[in-house]
Amino acid sequence: MSSASENIQPIYGYLAEYSDTEPLIAAAKAARAEGFQMMECYSPMPVHGLPEVLGYKNNVALLVLVGGITGMLVGFSLCYWVSVLQYPLNIGGRPFNSWPAFVVPMFETTILFASLTAVFGMLALNGLPQPYHPVFNVPRFDEATRSRFFLLIASSDPKFDMVKTREFLTRLAPLSVDEVPH
Amino acid sequence: MSEKALHDDHSELIGPGHTLGTITDKISEIALIEPKKTPIGWLAVTGIASLGVLMLGVTVVNLVFTGIGIWGNNVPVGWAFDIINFVWWIGIGHAGTLISAVLMLLRQEWRTSINRFAEAMTIFAVMCAGMFPLLHTGRPWLAFWLMPYPNTMGMWPQFRSPLIWDVFAVSTYATVSMLFWYMGMIPDLATFRDHAKNKISKVVYGLLAMGWRGAARHWDRYETASLLLAGLSTPLVLSVHSVVSFDFAAGLVPGWHTTVFPPYFVAGAIFAGFAMVLTLALPIRAFYGLKDFITDKHLDNMAKVLLATGLIVTYGYALELFIAWYSGSPYEAYMITNRMSGPYNHLYWSLILCNCTIPQLFWIKRFRTNVWMLFFVSMSVNIGMWLERFVIIVQSLHRDFLPSSWGMYSPTIWDWGMYIGTIGFFLFMFMHFIRLLPMIAIFEVKLLVPRSGVTGKSGGPSHGKKPGSHGPDAHTAGAGSH
Repeated sequence: MSSASENIQPIYGYLAEYSDTEPLIAAAKAARAEGFQMMECYSPMPVHGLPEVLGYKNNVALLVLVGGITGMLVGFSLCYWVSVLQYPLNIGGRPFNSWPAFVVPMFETTILFASLTAVFGMLALNGLPQPYHPVFNVPRFDEATRSRFFLLIASSDPKFDMVKTREFLTRLAPLSVDEVPH
Repeated sequence: MSEKALHDDHSELIGPGHTLGTITDKISEIALIEPKKTPIGWLAVTGIASLGVLMLGVTVVNLVFTGIGIWGNNVPVGWAFDIINFVWWIGIGHAGTLISAVLMLLRQEWRTSINRFAEAMTIFAVMCAGMFPLLHTGRPWLAFWLMPYPNTMGMWPQFRSPLIWDVFAVSTYATVSMLFWYMGMIPDLATFRDHAKNKISKVVYGLLAMGWRGAARHWDRYETASLLLAGLSTPLVLSVHSVVSFDFAAGLVPGWHTTVFPPYFVAGAIFAGFAMVLTLALPIRAFYGLKDFITDKHLDNMAKVLLATGLIVTYGYALELFIAWYSGSPYEAYMITNRMSGPYNHLYWSLILCNCTIPQLFWIKRFRTNVWMLFFVSMSVNIGMWLERFVIIVQSLHRDFLPSSWGMYSPTIWDWGMYIGTIGFFLFMFMHFIRLLPMIAIFEVKLLVPRSGVTGKSGGPSHGKKPGSHGPDAHTAGAGSH
């Protein structure tokens, strides 16, 4: 994740389990206040407020805007190139660059490009598809897609310590704390 | 909106006593059941649907080898079942996008338990729709000629024609619907991956879930992407049926050449689509015991949408009558006279009965929650909307300007074979979808369980905290914490 992981740690991190969102958010805030940076939360559904606690920037919207504008330009260029330059046809005496008629194809390419950017951009920023991730090594992690909430503190964090971090997490009242092997 | 009102809304949207765990288990068991334990009912319906697929196969093979002369359409009725069914299927598809996109933007949380299968319905309906114009070309293997690409013929599409707009609109719509549907399923596919017992299922769902693990950063980008897709799909769905209506409105034939067509087609599409959602949801809800997720509140809301869009469609019919008189055009006037008293008039009056009269039953609350009444009305709308397209297309074409070129149209057995075949194909795909994929959006339904601080960007504000909600799965719904 970062250059801080140069000293190879024996494990990937610690995973603390919670039964509800509120203790998870509280724990994430506490970990953040303690100075941890390399951490992540896992939940069966979106949890409001967590991204702010973790502190990162979401660039999906900007990407989609760029995708949409590209789509619009591609749509217009296609219509213009075909109808004016490559294959001009006189349709009822209309000008070759009859842009009002091009609005519909332009609109559709705008939506198409923006939508493709939204989905594939989201996947790319999330680093998916990702067949392997160390958290899957924890058997209890199956519950992350069912009814449990997890807080991970990665060993790549500069403040990470095999003993102290575990103690710290235990103080945050989790249901369990698991070691996440690499 | 007060939190109280929102909570009251939720308690009608999900059965009492559900926790995150029970929601997951109840919905996923439908798809994750052992192959040998597949319900007999499922096998029976899929078996019948397979016969439809076979019928479609036979029809298509005969059509391709013999030519489109096996259909009943010929001059003057050059468009008939192929285009009727194309418009009918596309219209049905629109409810899926409407439910998942428009209702998401409007924060209608009741959509969460029906959006997934409405989206699946969209995709299969668009597949059925796409077959008709492609096969109507007569040489479907040359369908790529519709696309703008550099070719040795030196030919390019003509961008001033609504027909090429249609190609762009429908192919964009199919692509975006597929993306929306698949992206929406990723977290639920991860749930399936983690809870499937069968090894093959684990691998297949694992591949489809692409390593989704519910990380907070992932969820945040995911929600932004969903919201943006919804925002993009909303104008898209309105554009698709508007463009479909341009195919007619840009023509000069009386009965086609009207400016009311785009909004009236869009309303008709929503009308038809909601009718199909109800037609599918009612039996599924009864068969799989999903009354906790598709509640009476959902049925009531869908019936209200049917009633409202039905009234818009009725307004469209009334406006057609008005314009026929007000335009002063003898051809327009004759078109209406011919509709009401010509050789196909029984279809026109059946259409008015099915689309305008019968849905009025939904003014009465008792009928909006009675499953038999809902099924009856939704079937009547399915039929009525098909008749509407028949009336618009065939009736307008069969008698236009020159009486010497008038003619009659009647479908052949191959027309019916292909139409019924696509219904079989649709049902076949749909049955496989409910058997293999998460048919209710599990993670979205979880947001409806009253709990603390859990909302998505598309959800409402957070709800009050229920005391003592620690310990495993202790978040019971409707537990009087408000």
